Amino acid sequence: MAFAVEFVSPESSLYSGEATQVVARTRGGGEIAFLTGHEPFIGSLLASEVRVTESSGTVASFAVRSGFVSVTGTSVTVLSDEASLVSDIDLEEAKADLAEAEAALKTDEDDKFAAQDKQWAELKLSLAAQSD
Amino acid sequence: MPGGAERILRRRIGSVKNTKKITRAMELIAATRVARAQQRAKAARPYAEQLTGVIEDLAAAGADVSHPLLRQAEKVENVAFVVCAGDRGLAGGYNSGVIRSAEAEIQALRADGGNYKIIAVGRKVNDYFKYRGFDIEKDFSGFTDNPTYENAREIARSVRDLFDAGEVDQVELIYTQFISMGTQEPTVRRFLPLESTESIAESGGGNAEAVAGYSFEPSPEGVLEDLLPRYVEARLFAALLDAAASEHANRQRAMKAATENAEDLIVKLSREMNRARQESITTEIMEIVSGAESLNDDQAVTRLDLILDHLHPEHLIAEHAHQ
Repeated sequence: MAFAVEFVSPESSLYSGEATQVVARTRGGGEIAFLTGHEPFIGSLLASEVRVTESSGTVASFAVRSGFVSVTGTSVTVLSDEASLVSDIDLEEAKADLAEAEAALKTDEDDKFAAQDKQWAELKLSLAAQSD
Repeated sequence: MPGGAERILRRRIGSVKNTKKITRAMELIAATRVARAQQRAKAARPYAEQLTGVIEDLAAAGADVSHPLLRQAEKVENVAFVVCAGDRGLAGGYNSGVIRSAEAEIQALRADGGNYKIIAVGRKVNDYFKYRGFDIEKDFSGFTDNPTYENAREIARSVRDLFDAGEVDQVELIYTQFISMGTQEPTVRRFLPLESTESIAESGGGNAEAVAGYSFEPSPEGVLEDLLPRYVEARLFAALLDAAASEHANRQRAMKAATENAEDLIVKLSREMNRARQESITTEIMEIVSGAESLNDDQAVTRLDLILDHLHPEHLIAEHAHQ
C-alpha cells in the first residue's frame, strides 16, 4: 500500500509523490526503512542517501545534507535545507566545493563548517559515481 | 539670441524623457520582482511550518534541553544587531527606514552602557555605518534583492559563532516586514536567544496534527539539538525574503512617483518651450516687419528725391517763367 512522500526544502518542494518504501539514515539509528503504517516517528538525518521506492517500483535516490524525517502512519515528510536528486548532482560544482572545503581545513583544522562542507561534497561525489 | 532658450529647453525635455523611460522600466521590473519575492516567501513557508511542527511535537514530548541557542543571559550587555537593508538605493525610504531604527537601537544600548556589534546585510547599511565610524563586525552584500537559503545560512553561521562564543548575549534582527503591497514596516525582532520550545510551539504556525506518541531518533533532545540551528536559519531566511519583497515594493513606488514627476516636468517644460518658440517667432516677425518698413521708408525717400529731381523747382519755375 502506498503512502504520500514529500521532500520539503526552504526554497521549494523538491519532490512529492506516492511511495511504498522510504529508506533513510538517522543519527544514532543507522538505516531505517518506512513502510505504510509505521509508527509516528521523527528522526534527525545524517548526510546520506534517501531512497524512495515509488508505487511503480522505480527508485528515486536523493542526496540529503542534513534534515529531519517526520513519519505518520500515512505520510513521510523529509525536511532538508539542502538536498538534491542524485541524478541532478552537478559534479563540477561538487568538486569545486570539495576543493574549497579542503583549502579551508588546511588553514584552520577546527573549522567545523568546512568539515561539514567537505563531507557533503564527498557524499555527493560518491553517490553520483554510483549512479553512473 | 533668438531660438537659444528653445534649444536648451528642447534638450532638457529630451533628457527628462530618457529619465522617464528608465524610471518606468525600473518600476515594471520592480513590480515583477515583488511578485517573485512573494512567490519565494510562499515557497519557503511549508518548510518553516514543518520545522515549527516538529518543535511542537518535541514540546509535546517534553523535550527541553540546555541548548546554547536557548541560553538566556542574566544581564544583557553585548548585543549584536543584524541589520538587513538593500545593496542599492532608488527605493524611496527603504534603506533609511531600516538604518534609522537600527541606529536608534544602538544609541539606546550605548546609553545603557552596553556594547554593540553590527552585522551589516546590504551594501547601503555597511556604507552608512562605516562612514559614521561605527564598528562593523561583519558585512554581507550582493544578494539582498534575491537572497538564497545559502545566504541565510552564511549569516546565521556568523551570528551563531558570536553567540556560541559568548561574545554577545543577545541578537536583534532589524529588517523590513512585508505586510502588504502598500505597507512595509521596519521591524526589530529578538533573534537569539530563542524562546523556549514551549513558547515557539505556543505561538503556533506549525501544521502538526499533534500526534502523540512520536518516537524520536536519536532522542527528543538529540533531534532538538539538530533542529534549532535549522530553525534559526529558516527564520533568518524568512526575514531576508521579507526584506527583498519590501525592497522591490519600495522601489516600485519610488519609481512610479519618479515617472509621474517626469511626466509633469515634461508637460511644464513643453509649455515653456512653446512659449519660447512663440516669442522667438513673434520677435522674428517684428524684425521682418520693422525691416520691411524701414526699407519702405528708405525707398520712399529716394523716390521722393527722384521726384524732386524731376520736378526741380528751378526747371519748372524757369519754364513757368518763360511762359
